[in-house]
Amino acid sequence: MTTALALQYLVAGLTYGTIYAVVGIGFNIIYNTTGIINFAQGEFVMLGGMTAASLHRLLPLPLAVLGAVALTTLVGAAVELTFIRWLRRPSVLRMIIVTIGVSILLREAALHLWGEGVRSLPYFTGDEVTALELGGARVSPQVLWSLATCGAVVVALQLFFHRTRTGREMRACAANREAAALCGLATRDLVTLSFALSAGIGALAGCVVSPITYTRYDIGASLALKGFTVAILGGLGNAGGAVAAGFLLGTLEAFSIAVLPAAYKDVLAIAILLLILFLRPSGLFGDRELARLGAS
Amino acid sequence: MLRIRNLEVAYGRRLALRRVSLHVDQGEIVSLIGANGAGKTTLLRTVAGLVRPAGGQVLFRGRDTAGLATERVVALGCSLVPEGRQVFATMPVLENLLLGATVQYRRGRRAEVEADLARAYRLFPRLEQRAGQLAGTLSGGEQQMLAMARALMARPALVMLDEPSMGLAPLVVKDLFAAIRTVRAEGATVLLVEQNARAALRLADRGYVLETGRVVLEGSARALLDNRDVQRAYLGGEPSAAREGERP
Repeated sequence: MTTALALQYLVAGLTYGTIYAVVGIGFNIIYNTTGIINFAQGEFVMLGGMTAASLHRLLPLPLAVLGAVALTTLVGAAVELTFIRWLRRPSVLRMIIVTIGVSILLREAALHLWGEGVRSLPYFTGDEVTALELGGARVSPQVLWSLATCGAVVVALQLFFHRTRTGREMRACAANREAAALCGLATRDLVTLSFALSAGIGALAGCVVSPITYTRYDIGASLALKGFTVAILGGLGNAGGAVAAGFLLGTLEAFSIAVLPAAYKDVLAIAILLLILFLRPSGLFGDRELARLGAS
Repeated sequence: MLRIRNLEVAYGRRLALRRVSLHVDQGEIVSLIGANGAGKTTLLRTVAGLVRPAGGQVLFRGRDTAGLATERVVALGCSLVPEGRQVFATMPVLENLLLGATVQYRRGRRAEVEADLARAYRLFPRLEQRAGQLAGTLSGGEQQMLAMARALMARPALVMLDEPSMGLAPLVVKDLFAAIRTVRAEGATVLLVEQNARAALRLADRGYVLETGRVVLEGSARALLDNRDVQRAYLGGEPSAAREGERP
């Protein structure tokens, strides 16, 4: 394999890596405040891409993206208000099954609304053939958009969780929900907010990668699987770990095409997921020390 | 301040509290004593809105709070320092305290929070020294101080404490109980649940004895300390028991 080709694979890997990372972060936000694995997370990405593509017929691109993110955020909040909030003392398993149901519901609604066609947004800058030369590899500017968006999301979340009062409340809710309620925190509203937030972030990712990867009503399930792998690999609840794991999985997938038939690409994620669950459930970057503190 | 009438709480089909009635007046320290499983913790958790009662009334400052969400109860001025401290272990001491002030922020009294923080540090100077340390790395006694200080940040009119002395060295317990006295002197009312019945009754004005979900005895703390049944069951102080070496 030439360096240029390797670099080309790497770029492709990073592109998919960003979207996996952002889906993984979405898992983390909800897991942190509720302990739920939200399997509808991939559907939020799909809704973002599809809504933006539809809105773009009427609106300029930035407004279409903004509108799609806002609408999907509302959908996220609505999902929590409708399906999660009223459950009294729900078991984690029951809530997970509810989120699987929600994901099917959203997928079928999308099929009804948009049909089976593939959609995409135009490239944010340039078009399909615009490319930057990078050590012999050709890099679409959209890849840089995705990387920058992923970076901005991570930084913004870090600031939100550690510098704002609401962010602090969400972390408290994650650490100990009962103690949070005893401090006077409106824990139910914080859970709604976590669904809205991760839906919005998923939608943003869906918009940014849409020009490269395209969007269809049924892309959510496989994204959810990849995002879940990434969230587990990075250590549940660890946003930085999710980003690293996202890039790792994306890159591995990209390079696997050189060795394995392309059809086996998705098998890789499942294989990694199973291996991690067997060998190191706290994840590659899971902080055992912090986990011990949290459990005490 | 707090008036409970015929409170009933059930876990599944098992009754944890049976027609419990008690009251705590403004400015009092009231102790609730009883064996493990008598329903003491359940009673506090019900008042705090963590458990929904099956029947009866919980009147806090004249308002029925039974079934109200916990954060609403806190906003009304009733805070619980839960059993086992329940500090936010992975967050620094200062963040724990500021989280306690959530209802103050919501009331728009941001300015008072600084003063309350200073007050908490005056009450427990060790918390100020450890302000930047993760709460999970504190000693048990320091965690209990933090849990209590965090509850006080909401400026509660009624503070309920569940087993604050559990697992702590006698000297630490002495400091904590002194702090409870200070809190009362500064205007709060206190409802205290304790295994350590002797210390609790010495601190309190009045007391209730709970047995298998019922109030079996109530009276001034002095009268309960002198009561022979109480001595035998909870104070381990009956002369014959001491002779036979049966003290726990």
